[in-house]
Amino acid sequence: MTSLENAAEPEAWFKLDRDGRSLSVGGAWTIAESARLDKELTALKLDGPVTIDASKISRLDSAGAWLLLRTRRALEAAGAKAGDLGLPELYRPLLETLDQPRKSEPHKSRIPPGFRGRLYKIGRAAMHFYLQTISILGYLGRVTVETIEAFAKPRHNLRIAAIFHQIEETGINALPIVGLLSFLIGVVIAYQGITQLRQFGAEYLTIDGLGIITLREMGVLMTSIIIAGRSGSAFTAQIGTMRVNQEIDAMQAMGLNTVDTLVLPRIIGLVIALPLLTLYADIMGLLGGAIMCYFDLGTSFPAFLRELQQALKVQTLMVGLIKAPVFAFVIALVGCYEGFQVERNAASVGLLTTRSVVESVFLVIVLDAAFSVMFSVLGI
Amino acid sequence: MTTPQAQNGHAKEAVIRVRGLVNGFGNKLVHDHIDLDVYRGEVLGVVGGSGSGKSVLLRSIIGLNPPKEGTVEVFGKPTSEEIESPAMRELEMRWGVLFQEGALFSSQTVAENIQVPLREYTSMSQELMDEIAEVKLAMVGLPCETGDKYPSELSGGMRKRAGLARALALDPELLFLDEPTAGLDPISANQFDELITQLQDVLGLTVFLVTHDIDTLRAVTDRIAVLVNQKLVVGTIEELRRNKDPWIQDYFSGVRGRAALASMDKASEEAR
Repeated sequence: MTSLENAAEPEAWFKLDRDGRSLSVGGAWTIAESARLDKELTALKLDGPVTIDASKISRLDSAGAWLLLRTRRALEAAGAKAGDLGLPELYRPLLETLDQPRKSEPHKSRIPPGFRGRLYKIGRAAMHFYLQTISILGYLGRVTVETIEAFAKPRHNLRIAAIFHQIEETGINALPIVGLLSFLIGVVIAYQGITQLRQFGAEYLTIDGLGIITLREMGVLMTSIIIAGRSGSAFTAQIGTMRVNQEIDAMQAMGLNTVDTLVLPRIIGLVIALPLLTLYADIMGLLGGAIMCYFDLGTSFPAFLRELQQALKVQTLMVGLIKAPVFAFVIALVGCYEGFQVERNAASVGLLTTRSVVESVFLVIVLDAAFSVMFSVLGI
Repeated sequence: MTTPQAQNGHAKEAVIRVRGLVNGFGNKLVHDHIDLDVYRGEVLGVVGGSGSGKSVLLRSIIGLNPPKEGTVEVFGKPTSEEIESPAMRELEMRWGVLFQEGALFSSQTVAENIQVPLREYTSMSQELMDEIAEVKLAMVGLPCETGDKYPSELSGGMRKRAGLARALALDPELLFLDEPTAGLDPISANQFDELITQLQDVLGLTVFLVTHDIDTLRAVTDRIAVLVNQKLVVGTIEELRRNKDPWIQDYFSGVRGRAALASMDKASEEAR
């Protein structure tokens, strides 16, 4: 381990003379020795008037000078007149530079101790939550109004190119990962279904179960979670980095509407891309299931499709797909909102990107549960 | 400028020794076989146009940017080792670097930033580290409550001072400063110049100073190295003002240069 303290240096030393009235110090009082000196000096018991003789100091740096100064101050506080240290001429300016009265008192922490401190923290957290909720609701309102406006009276500056760019970025480029994961989930569901249902001799029901689970829940949920991790985080990071670079400030100073230019293309792009991705994920999931059934049940592909046709209605597919634009809106909204919350430092980008993903995944699952309740009440 | 080390008889010992340094990106050559010696106790200013490779030179010397060709030695040891190797750590604890924007760790308070090298290289108690952090803040002219603030809460000038306090944490022998006064108002820049001169006098530092600021050059440097046409021209201000190179001529006799140097000539006349 490299350490300053291994360096071969002439040792720093100090000793108290016999009657305990004079402390002589010498050697190299440098940072390399300061940890040891600090311990030994703290352990030293000094009382009464003691003078310091520093004439044998051979090297001094600011850490050593501080230790000398601290010792002298302690002695002065105890009533001694330490006065001149007899320090070699060379090192006097250093000690004088350091020996300036403190410009300001040590400040007190804003948080009071004990029970009041805890109350203070609870209050602060509650206020933070309250303000955050107000802020995100306000943002939701603004974005909703602007989205409706964008469609109701399309302006010349609705950024078509940007929207297509977002569809490519969030949709087409996500095809491999969404396809692969959905396929694997299809395989897993089919495998579990077959092994469990075989015990009741009902293994052919696997196909019904697989179809319903994939179309109603798994396809849309998996896709949304992948996209929240992939694109929601990207939205926050992109917009956040623009904030750090003052690009957002520059846009606003030019009179550009940031919702128009940055948020709407992302929201519209994702609202278009996510349902399409979901449909694709449904197909890949069923394909995975079909292959598992072929190997494990010996069901041929046409037989698998016939079985699916009996079990599924168009409604089953629609119930899944109808959730996709809602989830897309939430993911994009949260991603963009958190991006705008970034402060002008790099650490804040990482922090808010994490928060953006956690919040959007949380909201997607909560909303999915809400949809389930709603559908069961409606009897769909 | 006399310094404790110079008086101790170490004069003319080269702390930094650069030989035949070549740097470049792609086909573009930034440095073409540069030689440079920086002596113990001196302040060397490095100037050059934008993109002339001043910061690259600094990065090459401290081993962040391995050169294409040539050798760099600091304290007589090559800096071409892997940057995180033990051999480099021996060197790194003897120098301090102030990066352009301060490069403070944003997740830590200013005091914690200053204590990072102390914690890494010494076994000081927390109390002593707190005290040392306060001493360093006072040395760079920051009030001690700055220690509890995060870098994002500081202004640009304060961040530079805090960065300097961190660079000084281990009482280094050698200080690298990358444009310490860029982006500061003239008053803060002057204060920073004075601060560097004062610290250099008191601690006997060797300073490698990259700057654009002709006032800083005049106020604090002993010698100046000009990067021009991928080469390095080294000399005192007087020597460089007599240099025939058009860029150097422009630099020292342009409007800004003249104003800064005129005040210097006036001062030296008055002294006479």
